[in-house]
Amino acid sequence: MFSFRKEILAVALMAVAGWASAQGTGKYPGVGRDATPKEVAAWDIDVRPDFKGLPAGSGTVAKGQDVWETKCAHCHGVFGESNEVFSPLIGGTSADDVKTGRVAKLMDPTGGRTTLMKVATLSTVWDYINRAMPWTAPKSLTTEEVYAVTAFLLNLGGVVPENFTLSDKNIAEVQARMPNRNGMQTKHAMWPGNEFGGVKKADTANVACMKNCATEPTVASFLPDFARNAHGNLLEQNRIVGPQRGADTTKPESKAVGASGASVPAVVVPAAPAAKSAPEASGADNKAAIALTAKNSCTACHGMSNKIVGPSFADIAKKHAGKADYLAGKIKAGGTGVWGPVPMPAQTLSDAEAKTIAVWLAAGAGK
Amino acid sequence: MNHQDINSGRVLKAPENFLSKDGIKTVFSEGKRGRRDFIRSAFAAAAAGAAVPVAMAQGNPVPVEGGDANILKLPEHTTGLGQGVATDGYGKPSKFEVNLQRRQSPGLTQTTQASVSFAPLQSLFGIVTPSGLHFERHHQGWWDIDPSKHRFMVNGMVKSPKVFTMDEIMRLPSVSRFHFIECGANTAAEWGNVAVPTVQYTHGMLSCSEFTGVPLITLLELAGADLKNGKFVLAEGGDGSSMTRTIPMSLILSGEVIVAYGQNGEMLRPENGYPLRLVVPGVQGVSWVKYLRRVEVGDKPYAAKDEAIHYIDLQPDGTHRQYTNLQECKSVVTTPSGGQVLLDKGFYNITGLAWSGKGKIKKVDVSVDGGRNWRQARLETPVLSKALTRFNIDWVWNGKPALIQSRAADDTGFVQPTYKQLRAARGTRSIYHNNAIQSWLVQENGEIKNVQLS
Repeated sequence: MFSFRKEILAVALMAVAGWASAQGTGKYPGVGRDATPKEVAAWDIDVRPDFKGLPAGSGTVAKGQDVWETKCAHCHGVFGESNEVFSPLIGGTSADDVKTGRVAKLMDPTGGRTTLMKVATLSTVWDYINRAMPWTAPKSLTTEEVYAVTAFLLNLGGVVPENFTLSDKNIAEVQARMPNRNGMQTKHAMWPGNEFGGVKKADTANVACMKNCATEPTVASFLPDFARNAHGNLLEQNRIVGPQRGADTTKPESKAVGASGASVPAVVVPAAPAAKSAPEASGADNKAAIALTAKNSCTACHGMSNKIVGPSFADIAKKHAGKADYLAGKIKAGGTGVWGPVPMPAQTLSDAEAKTIAVWLAAGAGK
Repeated sequence: MNHQDINSGRVLKAPENFLSKDGIKTVFSEGKRGRRDFIRSAFAAAAAGAAVPVAMAQGNPVPVEGGDANILKLPEHTTGLGQGVATDGYGKPSKFEVNLQRRQSPGLTQTTQASVSFAPLQSLFGIVTPSGLHFERHHQGWWDIDPSKHRFMVNGMVKSPKVFTMDEIMRLPSVSRFHFIECGANTAAEWGNVAVPTVQYTHGMLSCSEFTGVPLITLLELAGADLKNGKFVLAEGGDGSSMTRTIPMSLILSGEVIVAYGQNGEMLRPENGYPLRLVVPGVQGVSWVKYLRRVEVGDKPYAAKDEAIHYIDLQPDGTHRQYTNLQECKSVVTTPSGGQVLLDKGFYNITGLAWSGKGKIKKVDVSVDGGRNWRQARLETPVLSKALTRFNIDWVWNGKPALIQSRAADDTGFVQPTYKQLRAARGTRSIYHNNAIQSWLVQENGEIKNVQLS
């Protein structure tokens, strides 16, 4: 009897508990749960322009230079100036810009734009290095390293001196020296809401004239003849049936009416698929090695047959045929000078993986 | 169009051996006598056995044998046994469609992981982009993420931060909606002058799908978000770049912003964010964060890398417009278009796409004389808000040079600008948000060129 009452009570309590938890998730009981503080801390890494979210810490320009040369320079150049892989980061700003907060060079219609010329908010630089760099190992930098690399870049750009230590304590002062800090505006109608004030009216106002409209239908710009085949043979980029074909851009265009060089063959054979960056291997060994080059992000810098940052696999295979041990060592240790000044960082893959890739390269880097 | 303008004759070489021996003789003898239309008469003779005059050359002439071998000689597929069901558990396009590929624009980027591929708009029909041809934009490479391990977090100005599994998100009431997605940098190469040959490269960072998912507002409400003071929402991806973008709260409150897992009836493709991406209708593609792992409610914008360094629009006064999200009204003729060749004079269906980030397409006009005179095109149904709209218009090509343009207007009354108007407002270095009227020059030889007018 006693135990029976106990059971009743237990069921009642369970029911209450179930109800309470259902209530806890409101309209859709059973969907979602509270995130733990640990989970939020693991993912909530963003830093806002007012530096909300910035972790405490510091880093020196000197330390930043060390990190830069081992982890960043091979893509961005020793001075952040390189245009080889990504747009240049540093350059184009002056001491005067640091005073005015407007980069004068942005008025130059012929000039390129570096990151430092554009960015108004220092938080953006810190946040992106922290969340996305280095390219093949994002989020691997320590907080100190992120401060240090940021400080190094700012030093390259003449924003802070070379003995500077950037920290959460002084970052707001450095923000006040950003060369283009006054260069942004939101006076446009391209934000769908009133959050920025902005303007309601679009900045163009065409009118749908239908007859005898004022216009000058003369051709002012077109592709030069030498660019005819620059995007590949357009014949192979159009369907083989229908009201039109692609122009055969491997042949010059005929100016004569009715005798275009872009003739349509009686039988059109579908073109091969677009070139893939990592073609499928036929041999199992080749396949495994190629898969490893993708897994270890080798392909970020090395193409199968094209130079990207580093030499192509085909060129390496040619130069170092049969030298599997040498190549395995080079993969692990990195190096510079063999193929030019851009250094290859030491790679963290296993000996077995390095060997597999090295053997494949030494055997000709077959597909 | 005056049909009497239309002369007969193929503009392009006809398939080989289309003339009989007699026909060839006629061609040579007539040619010697200097008759300008000798090809046509020889062609007519060949086609009709010299008995019946043929007014216009045909793309599919009646061969001298008295019939088309493709009709007279029954092909193997008519006389044999075909393949069985489920030969391919996931069907693929015909092998004859292999030319339809998304492609990179040569020289645009040095890596394939921070790059784009363009959808082949010149060969697509209707408004839905086949998922495998959807344009790609990756910031640090794409991944195929195990959906059972994917988590979605809501935090920031909320009563309690929440995490959701895919199972849970897919349990919630879902919506399915057609929307276009266009990269803010679509047509970027053309701000100053013509730079690329075809509509694939001028406009191919554009796609349209039916997306299925849960309105973001539902998930924010589940976390008890402060919708009054939380004016901005940060969306963050789970890829290497963990891409972030500031999302307008006004759009979220309207219920339009979707946390999507479905695309054209199946799950998202990995290249498009599998298993979860944000859909922000009318807003440039960079805000449609892929591999979506987190949203954070805040009271200030975030100035993420792609709204403080890239995706900012340089103006002639040296300032950059920041937080330019909307894709304004735009259209383009997809066929006939640059890099294509018309096979014959005669009838064509000019077709293209129109879209607006502000609502529905109200009207599309088409000109074939470089913008002097315009005719209203037919809008094909469905005409949906912030989705691609297909337009068509009849055209008879007389063999003379023609300048084809389309000009769209949306239901706010906004009319797509000319290059002249756009450059007057923004200069030529904006990179982003080029929605100018596109011109295609049809030359007398049938080949079509991408051109810009003065």
